[in-house]
Amino acid sequence: MKLYTPIDKNELKKLKSGEELYITGTIYTARDSAHKLLIDMIKNNETLPFELKGSVIYYAGPSPTKPGEVVGSIGPTTSYRMDKYTPDILKKGASILIGKGSRNSLVKTALLENDAIYCAALGGAGALMASKIKSISLVAFPELGPEAIFKLVVEDFPVIIVNDLNGNDIYECH
Amino acid sequence: MRRISYNNIINSIKDSVIEINCIASPELLNKYNLAINDEDNELSKKVLESLKENALIAKKKIIPICQDTGTAVLFLEMGTDIVIDGGFIYDAIYEGVRLGYKEGYLRKSIVDNPISRKNTGNNLPPIIHTKLVEGDSLKIIVLAKGAGSENMSAIKMMAPSDGIEGIEKFVLETVKNAGSNPCPPITVGVGIGSNFEGVALLAKKALIKNLFDIPEDSNIRVIELDLKNKLNGLNIGPQGFGGKTSVFDVAILMEPCHIASLPVAVNINCHVIRHKEIIF
Repeated sequence: MKLYTPIDKNELKKLKSGEELYITGTIYTARDSAHKLLIDMIKNNETLPFELKGSVIYYAGPSPTKPGEVVGSIGPTTSYRMDKYTPDILKKGASILIGKGSRNSLVKTALLENDAIYCAALGGAGALMASKIKSISLVAFPELGPEAIFKLVVEDFPVIIVNDLNGNDIYECH
Repeated sequence: MRRISYNNIINSIKDSVIEINCIASPELLNKYNLAINDEDNELSKKVLESLKENALIAKKKIIPICQDTGTAVLFLEMGTDIVIDGGFIYDAIYEGVRLGYKEGYLRKSIVDNPISRKNTGNNLPPIIHTKLVEGDSLKIIVLAKGAGSENMSAIKMMAPSDGIEGIEKFVLETVKNAGSNPCPPITVGVGIGSNFEGVALLAKKALIKNLFDIPEDSNIRVIELDLKNKLNGLNIGPQGFGGKTSVFDVAILMEPCHIASLPVAVNINCHVIRHKEIIF
């Protein structure tokens, strides 16, 4: 199944847990420290560095780009560390979250309430994921180094659907 | 006294951190191949093939296999009859790590303070364990240890009456709770005995047991294989999607302990096994 950004929420309804999904378009990286700062900005009603509504967020912090390459290695980081922040991110309209590992019940409920899905990219496959990225640019928080927010333009970025809109979870069905 | 060059240590450490992070060892590629052949679950087989493809891309381009190029962990076995020519050995290690992470385009993943959390920008400091040995040898084992799997590790001060059954139960619980988080198929290092701080170090050394001169103990091997079978029976599978290969290996290291204690530690490594020994 292929999907293009910006995400049409009607398209998400067709997706099933355990299926492979290939995303083309724009996605944003945000991991631990960037989430903390984003939540502070939301609490203070500040303008966010990118539009969360309809966005795809990738929990990742790339290695530096080697000369001649588009981007460094960029696989997913473990998602549960973002659980604390995720319901507020979903309330702001994020459509697809990408990481690895299972989410807590509050996140799963928030996904369903906000018509969003959670997907897993392949952990420890940062070189392969990098090959699906066409460009990278810094969006916010350069002081965080690899934890900064980056905009990625991706083509057929491969993920596996973990939590679909029907409440299924691939990690729990075996 | 044998003299070893300070600059030689810097260069060897620099080259090693780049090599282990970017060039998959034949051992790792072989583990992927065995798991691919063994796997029936269609999705998990595909996942394993992608992990192997990833390692081959990284090797070809000399880029990191995983973006988490880890904390640099170094084990020194240092003869008392050597002199480092040109500086202090820990300074050489720091400089080698710094240069390797810079010139190898490896990610800098260390923060200066666990509460305020500012990135040090050079992946320093490394973690260094030093053991003095007799003679004029110097061996340094370099390990790049990612945090996704480190975070899933656990330690428990058990009662002697818990015995081997209690130890196995704790290992199984730890791996089950870790689930998909530590990027399975994982390697499980188990430390048994010593004391609180000693058992954690035993578990870490168990992950690279083959690099230490430890005589093969057939009784321990039986427990390791039994645990490996039980862990693979959990059906966590590659990346947690189910399947036969949840763990690549289980390795146990034991040491004597106090009459009142049974310390047990479980240190988990992700599927990307990254270590090397340097003999000077």
